[in-house]
Amino acid sequence: MDYFIELFLSGLTRGSIYALIALGYTMVYGIIGLINFAHGEIYMIGAFTSFIVATTLSIYGFPLAAIVVVAGVAAAIWSSAYGYTVEKIAYKPLRHAPRLAPLISAIGMSILLQNYVLLAQTSDFLPFPALIPEFAFMEPVAHIIGSSDLVILITTAVIMLALTLFIKFTRIGKAMRATAQDRTMALLVGINVDRVISATFVLGSALAAIGGLLIASHIGQINFAIGFIAGIKAFTAAVLGGIGSIPGAVLGSLVLGLTESFATGYVSSDYEDVFAFSLLVLILIFKPSGLLGKADTKKV
Amino acid sequence: MAAILTMMLPGTGMAGDTIKLGVAGAHSGDLASYGLPTVNAAKLVVAELNAKGGVNGKKVELLIEDDVCKPEVATNIATKLVSQGVDVVLGHICSGATKSALPIYKAAGVILISPSATSPELTQSGEYPNFFRTIAPDNMQAKPEVDFALNVLGVKKIAVIHDKGDYGKGVAELAKGFIEKSGKGKVVLFEGVTPGAVDYSAIVQKIKQSQADAVIYGGYHPEAAKIVSMMRKKRMSTAFLSDDGVKDATFIKVAGKDAEGVYATGPKDNSKNPASQAAVAAHKKAYNSDPGAFYESAYSASLAILNAINKAGSTEIAAVTKALQTEKVDTPVGTINFDAKGDAVGVGFAIYQVKNGRFVEVK
Repeated sequence: MDYFIELFLSGLTRGSIYALIALGYTMVYGIIGLINFAHGEIYMIGAFTSFIVATTLSIYGFPLAAIVVVAGVAAAIWSSAYGYTVEKIAYKPLRHAPRLAPLISAIGMSILLQNYVLLAQTSDFLPFPALIPEFAFMEPVAHIIGSSDLVILITTAVIMLALTLFIKFTRIGKAMRATAQDRTMALLVGINVDRVISATFVLGSALAAIGGLLIASHIGQINFAIGFIAGIKAFTAAVLGGIGSIPGAVLGSLVLGLTESFATGYVSSDYEDVFAFSLLVLILIFKPSGLLGKADTKKV
Repeated sequence: MAAILTMMLPGTGMAGDTIKLGVAGAHSGDLASYGLPTVNAAKLVVAELNAKGGVNGKKVELLIEDDVCKPEVATNIATKLVSQGVDVVLGHICSGATKSALPIYKAAGVILISPSATSPELTQSGEYPNFFRTIAPDNMQAKPEVDFALNVLGVKKIAVIHDKGDYGKGVAELAKGFIEKSGKGKVVLFEGVTPGAVDYSAIVQKIKQSQADAVIYGGYHPEAAKIVSMMRKKRMSTAFLSDDGVKDATFIKVAGKDAEGVYATGPKDNSKNPASQAAVAAHKKAYNSDPGAFYESAYSASLAILNAINKAGSTEIAAVTKALQTEKVDTPVGTINFDAKGDAVGVGFAIYQVKNGRFVEVK
């Protein structure tokens, strides 16, 4: 039974990690119907920014809590700037182009950002400082669940809740929902659609940056390529949960994380990807719009 | 007729007033740190020889090509080098890339000498008489690794984990075979992990569940660092042994205090060999830094191949092969020649342990 609980908790952690990235995918898709393949790279840039800020601050001997806050804020701002710029350069000019064009442009952005960081930084793996300390009260259960796992679980839950409230009750949140439902109609009732789309990219990128900080601190190392696999898995999770839906992205991520964890624990880690993607295929066969997705009525 | 043919095939061994030494390996991308030191080694050796008048009265010219350690790029590079009339090639760096490029060099009669491709089949299959290397094959590191775990550490239950790659899985399978053959230990877990995954806690739980006394990991340092850190986070003190893909300063830098006590196999320590001291000093003088991975092996490979061309008096494949096999040469990895299959005689692996942030040879 202990073994089951341990696998369950490690699956939850893995799922929460995917969720932090998947939220950005699903928000952008919900608003403009674009799969933003550069999102994994925004996450990677967030990790690099927090690495640089945290390492610099720790040289000057700042307390850990201050380092985490400053690094998190800096990473969120910096990544948002990237997300905003990527949208303006690569997607906005293609807003009325066929669906395939922005998709290709997104893949191009992803390759560009990866190689840009490779050239600007290094191809080596860098040691990421442990920004999440080992809490003393966690020591009795440290063999089952670590402090960083706990922080990741709580952060994901809080972010999902805050995001849901934000979309439901704030002015910009309402504008986002309106744009998602019908862009032309939103324009007609006086919503600045361009600004709403920019806000979505900024918000999604900031979330990815927070994810970058937490995940890099959990793993302890970063390099320019970490965004690729994390991005693919998070994208899978978003599709599984129903792309465009915020609770769906979190649910899909948790299902994916748990599947991988139990596949490793009870079958073999050789097959964790096989199980994860078989599950995706099965769910899409029976529920093509994902677990919580709404059926997409095509306007012809 | 023979004269006409010779004129039609310029650069296949006899023509040209320079000796063209190709240098092929990963010079960019995520494995660049394994390939670039070889370029430095070749440049230093060639500069020194050319200053002394070259080989057989000819200057040595370097043709440097980047294969990013990808098999599909390696075949393009091989074709390019052959069409440029390369005489011998130093490289490639990764086993997979080397394997895919070898048939092209074989067809063109070009000798390849690698400082780092450790896949056993490259020499032991007997398919590539034009292949030589100055590093010991993987079975020579899996064996001491397993012997050390069973006889020195005295462990009985071993979990063998790998990264599903050619190199990592190769070493892991050899280790598994040696453990089973010895009869002294048992493989309680044999599994591959996905490189680049965001979290390894599930596989670490499984290692704990298997009650293994030691983990033998086949693969490179990024995943090894993640797994060993996760084990220590879960308060497991299980011994961790790995291969020369992990014996890299980056591993210690990334894993930090969790790296302490980890064992890894690596090429024997040559720091007392005067040829090695001279090679390292030359690097420090020219580049103002310590040499990187496989530098000494590459330096030795350059010396060995150019010495063989000198002794053979030509770059003709049969003569150079004979010289490589019979003429001993003093190099940073020892005084070596090559056996009939292409492996260097006299090079091998030693066991290292991380102590106070450095790899120290275990005597």
